[in-house]
Amino acid sequence: MIDHIELLRLIENDAKLSNEDIAVRLGVSEDEVVKEIKYLQDEKIILGYTTNINWEKQLPEHCIGMIEVRITPTKGKGYDQVANIISQYDKVSACYLMSGGFDLMVIYEDKSLRDIANFVNQKIATQEGVLSTTTHFILKKYKANGIMFDMPDADDRQAVIL
Amino acid sequence: MSDYSNKISDVVNNVPPSAIRRFFDLANEMKGNVISLSIGEPDFVTPWSIREAGINSLREGYTHYSPNSGYIEARQAISNYISRRYGVTYSPKNEILITVGGSEGLDLVARALINPGDEVIIVEPCFVAYKATVMFAHGVPVVVSTKEENDYKLLPEELEAAITDKTKYLILGYPSNPTGAIMTHDELAKIRDVLVRHPEIIVISDELYCELNYLSDKPASLIQFPELRDRVIMINGFSKSYAMTGWRIGYSVGPAPIIAAMTKIHQYCIMSSPSMAQFAIIDAAENGDSCIEEMRNEYNHRRRVLLKGLADAGLKCFTPYGAFYAFPSIEGLGLRSDEFCERFLLEKKVAIVPGNAFGECGEGHVRISYAASIDDIKEAVVRMKDFVDSLKKG
Ligand SMILES: Cc1ncc(COP(=O)(O)O)c(C=O)c1O
Repeated sequence: MIDHIELLRLIENDAKLSNEDIAVRLGVSEDEVVKEIKYLQDEKIILGYTTNINWEKQLPEHCIGMIEVRITPTKGKGYDQVANIISQYDKVSACYLMSGGFDLMVIYEDKSLRDIANFVNQKIATQEGVLSTTTHFILKKYKANGIMFDMPDADDRQAVIL
Repeated sequence: MSDYSNKISDVVNNVPPSAIRRFFDLANEMKGNVISLSIGEPDFVTPWSIREAGINSLREGYTHYSPNSGYIEARQAISNYISRRYGVTYSPKNEILITVGGSEGLDLVARALINPGDEVIIVEPCFVAYKATVMFAHGVPVVVSTKEENDYKLLPEELEAAITDKTKYLILGYPSNPTGAIMTHDELAKIRDVLVRHPEIIVISDELYCELNYLSDKPASLIQFPELRDRVIMINGFSKSYAMTGWRIGYSVGPAPIIAAMTKIHQYCIMSSPSMAQFAIIDAAENGDSCIEEMRNEYNHRRRVLLKGLADAGLKCFTPYGAFYAFPSIEGLGLRSDEFCERFLLEKKVAIVPGNAFGECGEGHVRISYAASIDDIKEAVVRMKDFVDSLKKG
């Protein structure tokens, strides 16, 4: 019997593991792995498989904005309608309803500060129900998606320890 | 003064150097260009929260000696840990001593208990310090050789046969370095039954690997038998469970008079264990259960990958359920274990350890540590298969 949490933790850390790899690590059969992964996908617990990329290294002009949005909820639909409209933009990588001083946190990735400013002006500020926005730009990434940038991975252990 | 042999004491001269000195030197020379599955310590770095606790103690100026037996807060944290994990209570006041690694505990026990000529039963294959500490303390090691067909567990009849009227103590190390063997509660109960018939014998239980047990999520130990309460000493520490080898903190728990005798030696020879490290282990013992569990899970995955790879390579290996070692057999391949490891290192650039380093009965086997990345383990077993195939072809 596969422990779903153990399976999910495993592929969360390494989406490229083959079914055979997973089976060996968990001590189960490959068929079971295939069956359980299908179940988790059907249940929309597994939503997809992505790659962690250090875009700053590949594209020097990459830029990320975190946009706080305050809104008046639309009658009957709460915050969902505005959130849905904003989320449908491909360059919006995340959108969260927040507690505290603002309502939505929108993470938006594009080429430059100007592009992000344009998006905020043209696509967010103009939405019905949006009261105000505050935009923050990421200056440097220290850790993202659980991965630390710039960590040495040297093994300083002695050659043989009995 | 060029001949030192008559200057060095006889006991020290009489402890043989490690059986694999040559192999050691070779592996050290080649380090960096080889895959190392020869290392008896975690590859993980100590969890950050524990490291930070150590750093904070420096910031706050705790740079002095601690009380001889350790800060009371650290002993209390250990006491809480033991009652949480083992379900038994030891008083932080006089039944727990904080040592410089489990290693110091092994030494203190030997010096506190042994009169010259006393016998100590050692269950091989085992960690190399057991025999040496007994010999340094003028004791006589009596070796019981456990067998692969018994999954390297100590059988009650094997113990019974080794006992004489000179036996002072028995030292048991499960989960085992180097075999990865464990003993369950029921198996230990049979050892208890033998010991109940021999009330003079003290038992030392080295449980450095207690948290690395892949069959049970709670440790099984002789300290859990009330009948033995007045003569079991548990040697334990933070090195393996919490990936804290370099911090050098261990502890001994047992009956107050024995702990007092050990503390007497510790007080004169060591004074106190490192203060900064004691602050770190308070955090480990209080908040570290989830770190232990994550690391155990990861080791368990590696264990399965290694065992599968060894089977694919055609090496017979009993299934280890503890520590982070496998101890496959190389019998029938025509090489002694030290020759096997030396050639494997030179020809395939993978370091593993000859079984005879852990006692004569370890001959015919090699110790493979899976405290290494899965990628390294996978690559190493592929090379192992090539190597074994080439030996079989002759
Ligand atoms: C079985 C066993 N006991 C004790 C020790 C000593 O560990 P430490 O002194 O780091 O606590 C080791 C270390 O390799 C070991 O393998």
